[in-house]
Amino acid sequence: MSTQATFETVIGLEVHVELKTETKIFCGCKTTFGAPPNTNVCPVCLGHPGALPVLNRQAVDLAVKAAMALNCHINHDSKFDRKNYFYPDLPKGYQISQYDKPIGEHGFIEIEVGGETKRIGITRVHLEDDAGKSSHAADGTHTLVDYNRTGVPLIEIVSEPDIRSPEEARLYLEGIKAIMQYCDISDVRMEEGSLRCDANISLRPAGQKEFGQKTELKNMNSFRNVQRGLEYEVIRQTEVLSSGGEVSQETRRFDEASQTTVLMRTKEEAHDYRYFPDPDLVWLKIDFAWLDRLRESLPELPAAKRRRFITELGLPPYDAGVLTSDLALANYFEGVVKAGAEPKPASNWIMGDLLAYLNSSGQTIAQSPIPPGQLAGLLAEVANQTISGKQAKDVFQLMCGSGKDAKTVIKEQGLEQISDESALLPIIDEVIANNEKSVADYLNGKEKALGALVGQTMKATKGQANPGLVNKLLIKRLKERS
Amino acid sequence: MNITEDVVKNVAKLARLAVSEEDAQKLAPELSEIISYAQQLQEVDLTDVPPTSHSLSLVNVMRPDIPSAGLTREEALKNAPDSDGAEIRVPAVLDV
Repeated sequence: MSTQATFETVIGLEVHVELKTETKIFCGCKTTFGAPPNTNVCPVCLGHPGALPVLNRQAVDLAVKAAMALNCHINHDSKFDRKNYFYPDLPKGYQISQYDKPIGEHGFIEIEVGGETKRIGITRVHLEDDAGKSSHAADGTHTLVDYNRTGVPLIEIVSEPDIRSPEEARLYLEGIKAIMQYCDISDVRMEEGSLRCDANISLRPAGQKEFGQKTELKNMNSFRNVQRGLEYEVIRQTEVLSSGGEVSQETRRFDEASQTTVLMRTKEEAHDYRYFPDPDLVWLKIDFAWLDRLRESLPELPAAKRRRFITELGLPPYDAGVLTSDLALANYFEGVVKAGAEPKPASNWIMGDLLAYLNSSGQTIAQSPIPPGQLAGLLAEVANQTISGKQAKDVFQLMCGSGKDAKTVIKEQGLEQISDESALLPIIDEVIANNEKSVADYLNGKEKALGALVGQTMKATKGQANPGLVNKLLIKRLKERS
Repeated sequence: MNITEDVVKNVAKLARLAVSEEDAQKLAPELSEIISYAQQLQEVDLTDVPPTSHSLSLVNVMRPDIPSAGLTREEALKNAPDSDGAEIRVPAVLDV
């Protein structure tokens, strides 16, 4: 539609990340995912009267680290507030969150879009407790609630409305995920709910400063679905606006089956949370010594690693982006380079054959049947011309299947390329002696005849001769005859 | 401060309290009176008093990230009006 170009898309994301702690944020219950229902619960997380919450220090450490890694200003004085609402998965009748003094504010991350670096602002990062898990009976008669997740520490990361397309939204999410993973803040498994995303999306006529009316989008359980849900909303809102209608402020849900969004609730049902400071919890004071200690514990972040791969290892930006999108992948690549491989061939093999193999067998890089040192070993055999690049692909598959290293596979398969002149010369002399016609043709100026002689030599060595060397030696011998 | 019947009804709704029309009529003036009484505090001169959001001067009360025993499932479900033996059963709620 031509009208599509006249609207600009504005997106802001709210991302919830479960922190990787042993225990819940305000009590000593375990946070183990997948435990039998209602076995990791206590009076505090069940909201029993008189039970008092005590803050988990590790949860604060992780939240501050996350805020730092997202380039936020850290509030030295931070506090907790009650967000009041009634829902069966929230036994206290309120969520403990942070209203006006969050852990961090005014941050940003950078994404690479269309070959350019774009900065997406982070409004705030705050700590809060998670709710329980409801499962709704298929016949609609009742709902069952499991409180194991109630009180698991979360950070909520709120972005500025700086995102301009569904693709940018996905790139932003991938960026957040990588940072959380690098800093060991969370498992960031969207399928297990340790990373969740809600989106606000609106359209405005191109050039207009004011934002249009937004809708909130929920229930997108994969990065791909976030992008698809938003893409659908862009189309839907464009159609509404193009036909002279108005987008209404409402919450919509992404429906995976139909790949569309459906209405959940309208603004009339909007919540009034009545935030107030939680009297059960005292102020959190984060001094410089604490901040320094956490800052020192931050690892090299994805953006810095990406820059280093480009500047120090000479990788193209695309390769550096793919390899640093996942910490385990980046570590694997560095392991291969450290074991002696050239960076670019290592990158090609990892992004090509290795990832293709892992994807087809449903494995992660951590489960790779070939450790980094062995891949470097294979690359070395190619580099020193023991095998050709084409043969290397077969050796790679055999290594994946057997767990054997490149040298062993090459030997077992008899694949060593013959690059030894003294071994090749007698064979070449024999070929020359047995192919007088081709030799005569070549010497009479028919250069094409050389190909036949190379072919004969390769045949005589069962394809193991180094073709370049065969070429060279043949020409040398033939010149001696002329 | 004047607490109207509408305010009473809204607060009751937010707190999920069943307040009848009659209750609201009776509560509105009573609550207004209580609020007005407490409002006398607004007259105190607080020029040199720093703002506070907590009555205790403590900060950073925290615990180490070490698991401790909670309730067994049987204990946890004891107070629930209904359960299936593993999870608490509540009336059907709309999808969030």
